[in-house]
Amino acid sequence: MAKITMREAISQALMEEMDRDPAVFIMGEEVGVWGGTYAVTKGFYDKYGADRVKDTPIAENAIVGAAIGAAMVGQRPIAELMTINFAFSAMDYIVNQAPKLHYMFGGQFTVPLVIRAVGGGGRQLGATHSQTPDAIFAHFPGLKVVSPGTPEDAKGLLKSAIRSNDPILFIEHATMYQVRGEVPEGEYLIPIGKSKVQRAGKDLTIVTYCKGLELSMKAADELSKEGIEAEIVDLRTLRPLDMEPVLESFKKTNRAIVVEEGWKSYGVGSEIVSRMYEEAFDYIDAPILRVAQKEVPLPYNRALEQAALPQVPDIIAAAKEVLR
Amino acid sequence: MAETINMPKLGFDMAEGTLVRWVKQVGENINKGDVLAEIETDKATVEVESPAGGVVLQLIVNQGDVVPVNAPIAVVGVAGEVVSEQSSVSSKKVDVVSPSKVESQKSADEKPAPQTQVTPAAVPSTVSTPQASSIVHGQSPEIKASPLAKKIARDNNINLAQLQGTGPGGRVVRKDVELVISDKSSVSSKQSTRPITNYQLQGTPDDETVQLTKLRQAIARRMTESKTSVPHFYVSHEYNMGAVMAMRKQVNEYLPDNEKLSVNDFIVKAVALALREFPNLNATFAGDKVVRHGAVNVGVAVAVTGGLLTVVNKNTDQMPLRQISADVKQKVARARDGKVKPDDIEGSTFSISNLGMYDVENFIAIVNPPEAAILAVGSARQVPVVENGEIKVGWRMKATVSVDHRVSDGAEAAQFMQSLAKYLETPALMLV
Repeated sequence: MAKITMREAISQALMEEMDRDPAVFIMGEEVGVWGGTYAVTKGFYDKYGADRVKDTPIAENAIVGAAIGAAMVGQRPIAELMTINFAFSAMDYIVNQAPKLHYMFGGQFTVPLVIRAVGGGGRQLGATHSQTPDAIFAHFPGLKVVSPGTPEDAKGLLKSAIRSNDPILFIEHATMYQVRGEVPEGEYLIPIGKSKVQRAGKDLTIVTYCKGLELSMKAADELSKEGIEAEIVDLRTLRPLDMEPVLESFKKTNRAIVVEEGWKSYGVGSEIVSRMYEEAFDYIDAPILRVAQKEVPLPYNRALEQAALPQVPDIIAAAKEVLR
Repeated sequence: MAETINMPKLGFDMAEGTLVRWVKQVGENINKGDVLAEIETDKATVEVESPAGGVVLQLIVNQGDVVPVNAPIAVVGVAGEVVSEQSSVSSKKVDVVSPSKVESQKSADEKPAPQTQVTPAAVPSTVSTPQASSIVHGQSPEIKASPLAKKIARDNNINLAQLQGTGPGGRVVRKDVELVISDKSSVSSKQSTRPITNYQLQGTPDDETVQLTKLRQAIARRMTESKTSVPHFYVSHEYNMGAVMAMRKQVNEYLPDNEKLSVNDFIVKAVALALREFPNLNATFAGDKVVRHGAVNVGVAVAVTGGLLTVVNKNTDQMPLRQISADVKQKVARARDGKVKPDDIEGSTFSISNLGMYDVENFIAIVNPPEAAILAVGSARQVPVVENGEIKVGWRMKATVSVDHRVSDGAEAAQFMQSLAKYLETPALMLV
């Protein structure tokens, strides 16, 4: 298997799907001539032309709104948001229109829309451009929320997202485009809504996704040196949420932590822990802890930013705490 | 409207109960049927359910108090309702609550707080004590254990109170329970293989003083009372259990696993039918008279952690075998889980103690007051028997009845044992 970066994996997925289906097109800020803020669509403009790789004004509500319209009449738009923080400008379209049209019009329309959005902190972009608001979007039924943590999953999931007839928010992490991983040769798809055990272990379960996966894998390596074997379950999709591998792992280890980059309050971890209490109460041997971002707007200062974001030592400390 | 809750009477010989623990505190919401308190009678600790819903306005007695039957113990009503000394039923005032009043009454026998110190702002913190929320289930409220540890303990019949928790704050966790389980299983195997030549005296452990549990104290008190005040006599009999064993096998083939009949179920039914013929043994001695009970309620002794309880099957003589079996099973399970209900253990008119499962040939039980007799049952075992001058393999079971001599005599007891033989040896009679 070839080892490629997350950027290449996403780029390959987009290109393969555009080659396969002429209805697939891309629109967003700087996606065309410039090749994408994170260079994901580099070369696309030259290959597919301005009709299928559309540069837009800086108007997120217009980007998502137009994409929804195109999707309703049979196109397969991929709308790119330079950062997920700009999704707030398009909030009505993302949570109040796209997920509800199929439902409210008696199934007359489908909205085969993919919104690619870049989230996460750690690049000193300041409080307004560094957020991880995944849980907000995962709150709304009708909107699927996918957020991969490996190149293999990113490629397979994005291809599935583009072929899906449902609106999907596809969240990538700003600091993970250089992450390398093995990706299968040839075409493959990974189903949306399936969690996956990314690392086997027996002592505790770490439930995580996206950036949290990268950090948790490092923490697990450290823990392993001390004889603690963590099992890591990668959610990959926040909605629909697949709890089965989580519960299966937890029923074996009886101890767990949840790692996410977003804030702890009302977050992904809150949901996961609630589900564990509801569905595996008799298997709990210690309180389930959440590792998450400190409850402050993310600082610009590098040292403070790093201190506010969840880090490998935080995960190790939480793991040891639940194993006390 | 405020409702006063009294110390319940849980048996015809109950005069008083000890209020062991308040489950709800003043100010807490309570639904009808919620557990309000735990009380202890002579026989067991039982839960008192609230007969009314609302808010706990007043706890009249303190934990540990011994309270006569029917004396008021608590008042439940609407939040803000004023309660007087006990319950002022007619009060409709809603403006002045009585947090200060309730508070001062609650701590009446501690140091009474000056009224001026009780400000409204202080009320919320006084009305819900932290302990109140942490006690709902599990075997004992004081034991901290993870849900998993509780489940494993429950599945393996292990009393969490006897474990040393190694989790944070002394919490009992999985490995603590599993340690006990592995100790249990390893002890027997190790003992049998330990080579005798390697024996070395390791020093003698010190004497251990174990505080009696309330249940143990109650057993000590009642058994001493029985053995010193009730003149016992004993009659033993050996029963041919072949027919019961055959019928049980036949019937159980058609019953699901959780409904299969035990040998004891047959004995319970047979005893009830025999008692119907001998009302004098289904009785209570009362000074210058004997009360022969109208109902035949058969008690079955159950070993529980730290003692035993007698669960009661009501109107056993009239109840079909399957129903007896299900009823006893359910009550035994509750007794073992420490979740016995008052009704489960009250009102027996005759008891059976069956040690058959422990491979016991025969033993003698102490009469369980205020009953007049108790039957001690050994194991049903396959033994060589002589039939028509030939030695054959047969099922035999020995049983001994202990009887209060003030009520009955040897001849009557012997006839009772014969009547019991009639039912056990021709079990079809139990079905007609």
